[in-house]
Amino acid sequence: MNNKDTSKRTMDIVQKGLAKRYKREKRFKLYGLSAIIFSLMCLSFLFISIFSNGYTAFQQTFIELEVFIDPALIDKGNFAGSNYQGIIKASLRNAFPDVTERRAKKRLYHLVSSGAAYQLQAVVRDNFEKIGQSVTLWVPADDDVDMLMKGHIDRNVPEADRRLKDDQVAWIESLSEQGRIEKQFNTTFFTAGDSREPELAGIWGAACGSFYTLLVTLALSFPIGVAAAVYLEEFAPTNRWTDLIEVNINNLAAVPSIVFGLLGLAVFLNFAGLPRSAPLVGGFVLTLMTLPTIIIAGRASLKSVPPSIREAALGVGASKTQMVTHHVLPLAMPGMLTGTIIGMAQALGETAPLLMIGMVAFIVDIPGGFTDPSTVLPVQIFLWADSPERAFLERTSAAIMVLLLFLISMNAVAVILRKKFERRW
Amino acid sequence: MTPSYLLLLLLLLSTIAYYLGKKRAFAVVKHKGGPKTLHSRPGYYGLLAAIWCGVPAVLIYSAWLVFESTIISDMILANLPTGIKALPADRLTLVMNDIKNLVNGNIISGEINPVIQSASEYYERLQSISHACLAVIVLIIAIAGFLVVWKIIRPSLRARNHVERLLKIVLIACSTLAIFTTIGIIMSVLYEAIRFFKVVPITDFLFGLEWSPQMAIRADQVGSSGAFGAIPVFLGTMLISAIAMSVAVPVGLMSAIYLSEYANKKFRAVAKPLLEILAGIPTVVYGFFAALVVAPAIRNAGASFGLDVSSESALAAGLVMGVMIIPFVSSLSDDVINAVPQSLRDGAYGLGSTKSETIKQVVFPAALPGIVGGVLLAVSRAIGETMIVVMAAGLSANLTLNPLKTVTTVTVQIVTLLVGDQEFDSPKTLAAFALGLMLFVTTLILNIIALVVVRKYREQYE
Repeated sequence: MNNKDTSKRTMDIVQKGLAKRYKREKRFKLYGLSAIIFSLMCLSFLFISIFSNGYTAFQQTFIELEVFIDPALIDKGNFAGSNYQGIIKASLRNAFPDVTERRAKKRLYHLVSSGAAYQLQAVVRDNFEKIGQSVTLWVPADDDVDMLMKGHIDRNVPEADRRLKDDQVAWIESLSEQGRIEKQFNTTFFTAGDSREPELAGIWGAACGSFYTLLVTLALSFPIGVAAAVYLEEFAPTNRWTDLIEVNINNLAAVPSIVFGLLGLAVFLNFAGLPRSAPLVGGFVLTLMTLPTIIIAGRASLKSVPPSIREAALGVGASKTQMVTHHVLPLAMPGMLTGTIIGMAQALGETAPLLMIGMVAFIVDIPGGFTDPSTVLPVQIFLWADSPERAFLERTSAAIMVLLLFLISMNAVAVILRKKFERRW
Repeated sequence: MTPSYLLLLLLLLSTIAYYLGKKRAFAVVKHKGGPKTLHSRPGYYGLLAAIWCGVPAVLIYSAWLVFESTIISDMILANLPTGIKALPADRLTLVMNDIKNLVNGNIISGEINPVIQSASEYYERLQSISHACLAVIVLIIAIAGFLVVWKIIRPSLRARNHVERLLKIVLIACSTLAIFTTIGIIMSVLYEAIRFFKVVPITDFLFGLEWSPQMAIRADQVGSSGAFGAIPVFLGTMLISAIAMSVAVPVGLMSAIYLSEYANKKFRAVAKPLLEILAGIPTVVYGFFAALVVAPAIRNAGASFGLDVSSESALAAGLVMGVMIIPFVSSLSDDVINAVPQSLRDGAYGLGSTKSETIKQVVFPAALPGIVGGVLLAVSRAIGETMIVVMAAGLSANLTLNPLKTVTTVTVQIVTLLVGDQEFDSPKTLAAFALGLMLFVTTLILNIIALVVVRKYREQYE
């Protein structure tokens, strides 16, 4: 007890520093919490900005038109080639008879979309008896009108800076007073392919392209991935060769996706001569890209099957293959399926490699098979994001919402699958 | 018969073969003591029959379809009038394309002239002959394969061992696909890159300070000499990646520390999946977000401080890319921090240190190698990220380190050089492959270092 003084002093030093240390402790904890809050705020900001930009795209402005199907303008021998545009124009002139000046008329025609003519054509094709009669049609409005109705075009801006002129705004107002212009649910967005006109553009073409591409990816990557995982985990001897395979798989999982696109361009398109822009080639490229994910997940789930199962199977006389196919694989399957779904979700959101193999073309038709030229949803988003029209901005956001919906539901299925079938041994 | 129906027919045939093989196995032992005298279970005999019926036929079928088009094209070429045969190679491919388009009912580039018309008819005739031959050959092989197995089915046939050996071959083939993918990447990128370096010396590419890949179409064209100095492109990539990492590393690391050391179970269960959502959002969405929300916001903020910010600034792309990488860094560091043994922490607590002191002075140094490995992986991902920079960063290659200016990256250049129609002999297209080679090599080195570091670290605490 002869160093009582010194120990007291140490105690004092500790006590003196304590408040500071606790403060530092609190600050450190706060940093951690704010890091998480920062990330979550980024996430919610992203979602809010996408949603607030995009939800209006699910509605589209339509204009009611009294259309007189003029027999003089219908070519009985050639229905497709008849002048439907002229009929629409005539009915617009009828609706606003006081518009006589040539340029004013042109502005008037701009109120409705060029898709109105196709709509009329469909009506005439289905009802020949309507020729010579008047029909009432709700036709899609031009995208500028749509933007005005949704409040994206400011009426107080000087006329020269506005895409819609004063007389056009006046016509729209008179139409809305008569209740002949209104916003309806935008079915076109879900049923049409791409278009240069925002009001006629839809995501169905891209969705079909995504479907075919993912189908190829799934059909190839699931069996190959499972087979590779089973071989590496259950059969492979530990030697240089399997080590090499392992390093390769781990490395491929981290190779930038665009490099797979270069591979696809050089090997599948230039060397093998497969068609450009085809879901088949897209599926091949995405298969190579998602395989590492599936193999790694598959091996992890095979590893989680306890060795006692294997020993029991071998003990009752099963061969090694029987042990794997009858016992280990079924037990590992939920984990493998989870990995596959996550891999598929990755593939669904992937854009860069598909740009390399030409899936960025402007494609109006809905693809009907594995070799038809097509785009996929993310590429469609990329294409629309580049378009200058304001109306494409909201359609891009809406397409993103659809894509995110698919991704979230895929991931939710994976989580449920894992929760439901995961077994702790 | 069209090829796809043939494939369905083969499937049907092997299914039948399975049942017949199984039945045959029962039949051969009917009067010799029943199924228990068979070497394998009856199903294996069926499988063996199905495999030998289907697999060789399918292999022949695919090989046939792969080579069919080239062989027919050669035969058509040989039959074309000498006037057309004398055309240069690129014109000749155009003619061939016209013929094929005519066969497939597509729009062709020029007028349908009688030579092309007759050639396309000849093509169609050859194609139908080829398909008929294919059908006959494949069916003969399928039936022959089945008959051979049918003949050799007897109780002593070790059907199971045969089937298992074949299965194992398939498994091995599937697992070597990873190696072939890597070889394919290296070969395809290297081959085109070497062609590029024959035109543009490799030293010019690696050390040149000017990047403007527009090649002159005519020799006398103004302002399009074509410069392939990649330094500005590399610098731009590094700048954007550095900005991204300066967001992702501190935020990701701190979130990982908080989640693994401070957060209670409930908070962890909510926050962790939410963070993972950030990783699951497609990059094209981030790109859209960067280009439409973040870049204008930064531009406006800069304008209010009197700064001239480019609308495609490196800062916007880098920040958004950083947000994308946060969950990547955080989940990797989370794993690593959790792998640090509890005894180290307990030791530090026992000496009276606070939680943050333990983390800063014990846990963090112990986990450092693993964290470095994770950060390296994140860097390689930032370098290879494409869509964010394609949509939010610029095209002009400026040699600058100013984050408010426009810079370009390796991936942006690859995309702009390769999207659209290309001809494969211009240095412009080949340059993309040279850049791809650089990208692949860089990320490969980063990945290997990271994997080695992480593996070493894991072994340390196992």
